[in-house]
Amino acid sequence: MEIKKTALAGTLESSDIQITLSPATAGGIQIDLDSAVASQYGDEIKKVITDTLTGFKIDNALVKAVDKGALDCVIKARTIAAAQRALEQTEPAWEVL
Amino acid sequence: MAETEERLRRTMMFVPGNNPAMLKDAGIYGADSIMFDLEDAVSLKEKDAARDLVYEALQTVDYGNAEKVVRVNGVDTPFYKDDVRAMVKAGIDVIRLPKTETADMIKELVDDVASAETEFGREEGSTHVMAAIESAKGVVNANEIAAASDRMIGIALSAEDYTTDMKTHRYPDGRELEYARNVILHAARAAGIAAFDTVFTNLDDEAGLIRETQFIHQLGYDGKSVINPRQIAVINKVYAPTKAEIQTAQQVIAAIEEAHEKGSGVISLNGQMVDRPVALRAQRVMNLAKASHLVDEEGNYVEE
Repeated sequence: MEIKKTALAGTLESSDIQITLSPATAGGIQIDLDSAVASQYGDEIKKVITDTLTGFKIDNALVKAVDKGALDCVIKARTIAAAQRALEQTEPAWEVL
Repeated sequence: MAETEERLRRTMMFVPGNNPAMLKDAGIYGADSIMFDLEDAVSLKEKDAARDLVYEALQTVDYGNAEKVVRVNGVDTPFYKDDVRAMVKAGIDVIRLPKTETADMIKELVDDVASAETEFGREEGSTHVMAAIESAKGVVNANEIAAASDRMIGIALSAEDYTTDMKTHRYPDGRELEYARNVILHAARAAGIAAFDTVFTNLDDEAGLIRETQFIHQLGYDGKSVINPRQIAVINKVYAPTKAEIQTAQQVIAAIEEAHEKGSGVISLNGQMVDRPVALRAQRVMNLAKASHLVDEEGNYVEE
């Protein structure tokens, strides 16, 4: 699935994560993560984002993630919201939720 | 009515649906019910994100024994249908319908809930509903609304919108809510469901919160909606039974057990007959005493 436009979800408040998705034509899912716990949990955070985008069958995307201590469920929810906005889908993503 | 076992509903805590920090911590304050809000607490542009967030939180965060309620957007909004479907799929306990004005609105919600249960393979009838009354029309139709469905577990007064509809506003003494409070409570009791009082919005006025809670407790309300965790302990304290009430309840229960053992049909305590209302009240006092940690697991009073 091709991302149509740049879209963002989430805030910079504590326990949240802000995910920005931008179109890319190649290179897979490239994540630029900004997190105070990146050295400990960076790989896990990136895995949640990648798995969620894979659920949407998105193969290529530029991802900017600014983490403020989000739980996995928050990372997943914000990635879903950003992906749906980037894909301009309005029907909830039942198969990804 | 959706339940046979009486559940304590002293507090229903409002949690904004798009706030990860509050969603994460909502379970630790001891609220009897937690109400995740997709409606007024969420801006129009964030409705999708809030729905995703509440859905994912319900999959992973442990809310203990609290009853999980979600306030969906109104039936006249483009968000309503997907809110209901997503929350049924998420396995929510109760869907709260805002601005309920007629029994038909509850029937429509129940139909939507039932088809979502089928669509997502949830047990039929496992999702309950409740109505928030926020207008004069809702109060006038409260009896039909409360009795509209077997899935109904409660009916709540939402005073901010209601007082606006009545061309008044909220006063410290609450006299403008007298009629609505009594109508909603009677509708709930006649239908055998719970009655929830409105929020107390002035967080700096604890004496006012205590006064209002004592009043609605006296009327017979199950509990109150709360907008801040700090209000929970205050309300629970008002609902906690006294030592004398607990001792009387224990005597009633002991008298019932003794009569059962003797095979006696008539139960008496200190020369007075113990009939069904007395027995039910005793049971409710003991439930409240346990929830307030005033008795141990065997029902013995815990001295402070």
